[in-house]
Amino acid sequence: MISANLPYFVFAVLFLIGLLGALLETNLIKIGIAIDVMESAANMFIIVLGYRNGGYIPVKFLMPEGVTNFVLPTPQALTLTAIVIALATSALMLSLIVMLYRHYGTLDVREIRRLRG
Amino acid sequence: MKCKTLFIIAAIVVGGALMGAVSSLHPFGVPTAEGTAVDEHYLNRAGVDISCENVVTSIVFDYRGFDTIGESSVLFTALLSVMMLFRKGGRKE
Amino acid sequence: MKKKSMRPLSVIARTACGMYSWFMLAFGAYVIVHGDVTPGGGFQGGSICATFLALMLIAQGSDYVEGWLNENFYKVCLFLGLFMFIGFGLMGMGWAFDGTMMFNWAAVAHDQLAVVKPWWPPSGTVALMDIAVGIEVAGGLSLILITMFRAVRLNQVVEDGLGKETGHDQR
Repeated sequence: MISANLPYFVFAVLFLIGLLGALLETNLIKIGIAIDVMESAANMFIIVLGYRNGGYIPVKFLMPEGVTNFVLPTPQALTLTAIVIALATSALMLSLIVMLYRHYGTLDVREIRRLRG
Repeated sequence: MKCKTLFIIAAIVVGGALMGAVSSLHPFGVPTAEGTAVDEHYLNRAGVDISCENVVTSIVFDYRGFDTIGESSVLFTALLSVMMLFRKGGRKE
Repeated sequence: MKKKSMRPLSVIARTACGMYSWFMLAFGAYVIVHGDVTPGGGFQGGSICATFLALMLIAQGSDYVEGWLNENFYKVCLFLGLFMFIGFGLMGMGWAFDGTMMFNWAAVAHDQLAVVKPWWPPSGTVALMDIAVGIEVAGGLSLILITMFRAVRLNQVVEDGLGKETGHDQR
């Protein structure tokens, strides 16, 4: 049962690693990196969903003679938008971390919770 | 701490739900027939309607062009908020 | 009384940066323009073009880059790309009898491909919008980099100690 859907399990484990990192870490930058890992795992999972056995890339200009078996192109087009959204959230997270460091002087989540500046 | 055990239990529950959901998907490499209906339409008509050979680019810019407008606006919003956060204005205390 | 700034890297790193940075810009332009033939397109090529500025910032130090940097150029790139993109989309509204937005008004059918206009892109607005989005993404990501870099430098007094080389980032 597991070996038939092995690529799905790999990306589920990667998502769980990112989730555990976001919950259990105390450094602000490590929390930001863990959230980025979660978003990358979700994007890769979308692409893996659209695979067909023995298919070629969906570019008709580069295909060999007489090929009709293509990989599904729609998940790849949707992942482009999702990657740009992940970039936007990463940029905002890092900017907020910089502002927090300037205000409190520390990067530890437990200290910031106690100070309540 | 009490918080840490609660987080680990929640992560285990989410992990179990994920594994159960993933093992009930279609087998890897053999998508279902109703899942590929739209893609077959795009693959058959990509070189015939318009002469663009790259199917992925023709989906992004021609068949689903409105999503690209939304994506550009997301990029603009991110740039706008970053520039707003780091302004060097004089604060009137 | 200087502000803290990013120190440049060693001579070897700076020479390698001078050799590779313009190739990266040319490769990014290649990926943008060949968007309708090979895998690639607007967003991918624009991100490659934005890494040119990141390499210059890290290798040459902040004093050298602030000398020739002009952020109005990137703002012009950003707004020009967006206006071209929306303009190509709106031009499809009054052009043909269908009159929808994002209508591919510049496409050439397959049977008259190389006969009608040999210099016209046969895929129509897909190729034109590719270039517009590539310019816009390159300008936008470079602006994000510049804004975050300028805000991170701290206003602290640094005594002029050792020489101006060897070292990584701030000291």
